[in-house]
Amino acid sequence: MLRFILRRLGLAVLVALTVSFISFSLLFLSGDPAIAIAGEGANENDIAAIRKLYGFDRPMLLQYWDWLSSALRFDFGESYYFRLPVADLIADRLSVTMILGVCGISFALLLAVPLGVLAAIRPNSIIDRVALFLSVAGQAMPSFWFGLILIVVFSINLRWLPASGAESWRHFILPTIVLGYYAMPAIMRLTRAGMLEVLSADYVRTARAKGAPEGLVLFKHALRNAIIPVVSLAAVQMGFMLGGSIVVESIFALHGAGYLAWESIGRNDLPTVQALILVFSLFYIVFTFLADVLNAWLDPRMRSS
Amino acid sequence: MSAAMPRATATAAAPRDPLLEEITGPTPGQMLRRRIFGHQGFLIGTITLLVLLAIALVAPLIAPHDPYAQDLMSRMERPVFMGGDWDHVLGTDHLGRDYLSRLIYGARVSLLIGGVAALISGLIGTAMGVAAGYFGGRVDMVVTFLINVRLAMPVTLVALAVVAVLGGSLEVVIGVLGLLLWDRFAVVMRASTLQVRGREYVAAARAIGCSTPRILLTEILPNILNALIVVVTLEMAHAILLEAALSFLGLGVQPPTPSWGLMVSEGKNMMLFEPWLVLIPGAVLFVLVLAINLMGDGLRDVTAPENRS
Amino acid sequence: MTDKPLLSVRGLTIDIPVASGTLHAVRGIDFELMKGETLCIVGESGSGKSLTSLALMGLLGGRISRRASRADFDGTDLIAASNRQMRRLRGARMAMIFQEPMTSLNPAYTIGDQLIEALLLHKKVGRAAARDRAVALLEKVGITSAASRLGQYPHQLSGGLRQRVMIAMALMCEPDLLIADEPTTALDVTIQAQILRLLVDLQREMNMAMILITHDLGVVARIADKVAVMYAGELVETGPAADIFNAPTHPYTRGLINCIPVPGKTARGAKLGTIPGIVPSLVGEVTGCPFRTRCSEAVPACRGEIPVRTRHAGRQRILCVHEDGQRAASEVPA
Repeated sequence: MLRFILRRLGLAVLVALTVSFISFSLLFLSGDPAIAIAGEGANENDIAAIRKLYGFDRPMLLQYWDWLSSALRFDFGESYYFRLPVADLIADRLSVTMILGVCGISFALLLAVPLGVLAAIRPNSIIDRVALFLSVAGQAMPSFWFGLILIVVFSINLRWLPASGAESWRHFILPTIVLGYYAMPAIMRLTRAGMLEVLSADYVRTARAKGAPEGLVLFKHALRNAIIPVVSLAAVQMGFMLGGSIVVESIFALHGAGYLAWESIGRNDLPTVQALILVFSLFYIVFTFLADVLNAWLDPRMRSS
Repeated sequence: MSAAMPRATATAAAPRDPLLEEITGPTPGQMLRRRIFGHQGFLIGTITLLVLLAIALVAPLIAPHDPYAQDLMSRMERPVFMGGDWDHVLGTDHLGRDYLSRLIYGARVSLLIGGVAALISGLIGTAMGVAAGYFGGRVDMVVTFLINVRLAMPVTLVALAVVAVLGGSLEVVIGVLGLLLWDRFAVVMRASTLQVRGREYVAAARAIGCSTPRILLTEILPNILNALIVVVTLEMAHAILLEAALSFLGLGVQPPTPSWGLMVSEGKNMMLFEPWLVLIPGAVLFVLVLAINLMGDGLRDVTAPENRS
Repeated sequence: MTDKPLLSVRGLTIDIPVASGTLHAVRGIDFELMKGETLCIVGESGSGKSLTSLALMGLLGGRISRRASRADFDGTDLIAASNRQMRRLRGARMAMIFQEPMTSLNPAYTIGDQLIEALLLHKKVGRAAARDRAVALLEKVGITSAASRLGQYPHQLSGGLRQRVMIAMALMCEPDLLIADEPTTALDVTIQAQILRLLVDLQREMNMAMILITHDLGVVARIADKVAVMYAGELVETGPAADIFNAPTHPYTRGLINCIPVPGKTARGAKLGTIPGIVPSLVGEVTGCPFRTRCSEAVPACRGEIPVRTRHAGRQRILCVHEDGQRAASEVPA
């Protein structure tokens, strides 16, 4: 188990380093970042000065090394637009995105797991069909459109919920639904498939042969085994969701990290964008690492090896 | 890798009473029903997609107006079912452009981007996945690592940033999506190749001295084609949705190109008064993606080995 | 022993809906079992042996239907019993061991948890007492350092050990009837003998009735009190083990017994008996004797109603058109 964790950790660090390099290189995608910073109408001298100021005249690998070593100390440089440390900007905005992510994945799990279980218990029943419909529709629904529809219905017509902002918990309801619904189909399908497989397993028959009541058979004996892969998927989806929160945050004007990313991209604020890409990637890497460890711990076969 | 590809653990198939075999799996009747249901979805999806494809191909012939022609005198006219006139069946947008015509041309944008992006990412991902699955060892390690890196990067954010830096044109959006969406191809093709590689006919081909490219092309590829086609449909849908999201955020295809995502974005400002400006292009997008997904799911059901017996 | 049988089954029928119609997997079988007796059900795979045992336990899948004119287990009608009644019976008074020890234990829980659960589901005892019982039973089934095994997971045990755990689990509540469905098929040959020995010893010690399902006649000869020979969903011959082995009567039973090589009697290199042909499809209406397509004694009458013939004062019953299972020289073969 310890060996597994260490190996997995090594992989996570390696992936993180590679991602950091890629997000750093984005800066050079346009050619000369100095021109971008100087803005239109800057003369050659200004650009040369900026190039020197930001150190763009040095070899790229050296610049990467500097950037990385500062990043390790949570120093991502200064935002071109806000003229503030990027780390502070992000730290400010992260809580909103985290709340949204946690709410979103909880919503997805609370909807998807029970639906998947019910669908597996009664294949081809009404519930199974409803679950299938919800997941097929969910996969095809553009989340920005879904968000706008919810605003039209619940904010504009019914006036039940606010359409934008993050002042109270009520502001998070619609964004949670939009973000969570995005992760729901995959989790539902995996739960259903896993339960279907486990319910026909020999050990479930053994549990019934022992005289275990159906509830115990379903939840203690079946779900416990079917849920293991769902944990991994939920972590992956959580990572994707944080990355995807950019759309949701922009629709509902939730000033989280996703919103900051959208603003910064529009303003060509590259240090902020770089840092955000790295932060979102790190979240994904950490979640999947934790999920793998949790997974290994949940599965006795892996725990003892 | 386990995090990237969660799968239900397979219980080993054990030899048992054939009669018992009948009762543990779905009954043939149930399977038949399921397959018909799958076929239904497949049929509906395929027909819808073909219709949309035809519309996109003959857009200039059927569009009632020029999708770019502005008419500031008749802005935001309502669709005919909301009291508008038949000249603009689905109304006009905030610049007085015919909504139906823009939707029809928008199908071209969506399908072009989805198709080409899926093609590019398909080529990249399939090459990586097949190489990883067939050669194993170091190649596999590198590919698996790259897949992990790719999955760790937030797609929407990276795509937005790159498009913003390079400027939003059709080519850039297609290129960025094509270069970003290869992960599922690589994952699935790697797994399929691993499965096929162990089969006797591959060993036989190797034994009679076939060259590696020949084995890959004549033995491996035909046997992983089904899985490939399914992923192509899924990724096409994915690319279409992403393009729409990028354009909606203002960092994808640029105006005045008629992209459905952009149309939703432009309609958003008027949403309070004219919600149909948002509802119609979104619904069309939804239908297209749904059709592609239904086709892909249906394809998977129909071609799944357990259904073929 | 009382005269009243522990288990009495009359006309047990099992139907499975399939795409092409109804599969008549088991058709009207009768047998009974006294307390402490061992009944061996023998037959080829697919003959309906496992379905019969699952039907008794009420563990058939939802789509499979079963009926019987009588299915009495010590006063409880197994067919009419509610789910609740069956649950009280299962594990407590009738327990079952399955063919696949490798997959029959839940991989997510320790064997201790699973053993203790079996007792706690039915008996109001403390966890500590249940634990003690688990340890005692593990020792009884021949598992060394039993106490330390409780914390192990199924994947840490070999197939033989797992089957011993399954047996211990089945015995946690001291059932009156133990159904063992080919408990040794999946195991190594050397382990097979040990497990069977163990089952027989435990059965005698605890005075349980046992239904052993097997296709191994060698096993049957050593441990059965009663034998039921099953072919394509029918019990073609039932009776005391001694009678059946001394005087197998139904052509199928005779064929089966001829397939067993006897050390010292069967010459080296001699051909063992075989039964040519395949089992008929049981989908749709099944008429006549299902064995007639493979039977050397078949006559045209085999297509019709098959009479039940009793021998040895009614203890041995066969389903055959021939009085003694053999075609008279005067009869025309089919």
